[in-house]
Amino acid sequence: MSTLKLRGLAVALTLALLSRAAFGQAPRLGKPISPADLAAWDINVLPDGAGLPPGAGTPAEGARIYAAKCASCHGAEGKGGVNAKLVGGEPIRNMDSEKTIANFWPFATTLFDFIRRSMPWRQPMSLTNDETYALTAYILSLNKLIGPNDAMNAQTLPKVRMPNRDGFIVRFPDKTP
Amino acid sequence: MTIKDLQPVAGNGLLHRRTLLRGALAGAMTGYTLVRTASAQKLADDPWSLQPGAAVPDYGVRSRFEKNVVRTLSNPNAEARTQHARTPHHLLNGTFTPNPLHFVISHSGDPDIDPDKHRLVIHGLVKQPLVFTLDALSRYPMVSRMSFIECGGNGAPLFSKEPIQATVQALHGLVSCSEWTGVSLSTLLDEAGIDPKAKWIIAEGADATHLSRSVPLTKAMDDAMIALYQNGERLMPGNGYPMRLLLPGWEGNMNIKWVRRIQLTELPAMSFYEARTYTSILPTGKAYQFYFIQEVKSFITHPSPGLALNGPGLYEISGLAYSGNGRISKVMVSADGGKSWAQAALQAPILSKAFTRFRMPWRWDGGPAVLQSRAWDEAGYVQPTRAEFVAARGESSRVPAVTAFPNEHFNAITSWAIQPGGEVRHVYA
Repeated sequence: MSTLKLRGLAVALTLALLSRAAFGQAPRLGKPISPADLAAWDINVLPDGAGLPPGAGTPAEGARIYAAKCASCHGAEGKGGVNAKLVGGEPIRNMDSEKTIANFWPFATTLFDFIRRSMPWRQPMSLTNDETYALTAYILSLNKLIGPNDAMNAQTLPKVRMPNRDGFIVRFPDKTP
Repeated sequence: MTIKDLQPVAGNGLLHRRTLLRGALAGAMTGYTLVRTASAQKLADDPWSLQPGAAVPDYGVRSRFEKNVVRTLSNPNAEARTQHARTPHHLLNGTFTPNPLHFVISHSGDPDIDPDKHRLVIHGLVKQPLVFTLDALSRYPMVSRMSFIECGGNGAPLFSKEPIQATVQALHGLVSCSEWTGVSLSTLLDEAGIDPKAKWIIAEGADATHLSRSVPLTKAMDDAMIALYQNGERLMPGNGYPMRLLLPGWEGNMNIKWVRRIQLTELPAMSFYEARTYTSILPTGKAYQFYFIQEVKSFITHPSPGLALNGPGLYEISGLAYSGNGRISKVMVSADGGKSWAQAALQAPILSKAFTRFRMPWRWDGGPAVLQSRAWDEAGYVQPTRAEFVAARGESSRVPAVTAFPNEHFNAITSWAIQPGGEVRHVYA
């Protein structure tokens, strides 16, 4: 075999090895980001209270904010309007039962998480943490899930026990961690 | 071979699927009509054959004669509630859904995202939180795959105690199928470095709802994708422009559109949509949660309500079958309400977690007929009959509005009754 052919073979082998190594290898173009820089987006709240921010609010404070920012869609005192009612609800019997906060939602933390990320519908992310805690407290109080003077904060909210906490069956346990 | 030679293989005129492949019906097949067609007449050149046509547009526009092939809108004025746009399956064919007709559900409208300003963050239980630009993701190795996306509430009108008269678009229009191209999510999660404690990802969109869903890490590492392209072009705004999470075969709402953040966690978030909305109440009063998988399902698109049969004769029954558990292995069709069945031809390629079109030759004698399809998947699951489904999952005691969602995850058989005049009605059989 000539030197030229050998050199050609070596080049081909090297190329083959390189391309195999390169294929499937990511360019690693993600840029490190600090917790401070992603804080504005870091809004997930979990049932154990993870992610709940500092701050607090009472049902009385929440009532005032509710009247100004929520009642136009959800009705006075959460009784429902063009959008869902936020108070009451018969026990869940079958699919015709309405899924309300009091009769269906398994965790109170979901209220804080959803209000903060999605409400008010036309101005999401416009509420302060104190306002979000206050609205959460007001709705829980309307539903008699907490007392009329109970303040909600990162310690008290995860401890609120929702009536339908055990009303669920995981559909595919083998797919669920 | 003549029409007389075609022997039925099941009741009410179903013919062997091989007659389709042989092309034996090609000259004899009758099409479905939106309006009665006129009889043949003497041919002449029409104006478009006698002068040059229009300028070719830079972005193609369909024929003005097709303007009625549109999605139906549940909230066309973008009032303060969810918008639904449903795919007109009875007016389409094949297995891809054209991008402008792909179903959309937007809980707070379609955001107008500047792709240069969009960011995807991966953080939580990782070694190094990372942020990606669209430009950066565009340099990663790409993967393409066909995948259907189906809303967990697709077919919800069939929970009604009585059949609601509506088109297949109204009943099953919240499912569509596309080729998606993007970056494997596992590549990006590996780059961030997964903490062994992580069991879930929580994905969140950049829309005004900041919609968030928890997804098991095992699915994220299996076949999940950050999709950048839909049928070859960038995603439609309603489907997540400039990027969405694709979870092949899993509940549509989990395929987070406009995805901007993925947090790895030990526990699920129990977000509004997973803790409340996409749960399915059972007859016991308990509710399924974490339904995840869109189970094996099929429905007949041709004929279906809104498409009439133009007199007795030979027709092709066709429809769509799909499963979140893999490939479709078999579709059976009945023309006598489930008394007898025959195996339909499956159009290749048959792809995992994607639409498969089935076809069945049929000779309609002009009498009453009830058409049904039933699908099997490679994982061994079979589409339930309505009776089996209702026994397990229940039905509503009411007749809800056709746009309502009395429950989630309906995948039982759909039945179409052919009326003597050729009209098609939705029935329970």
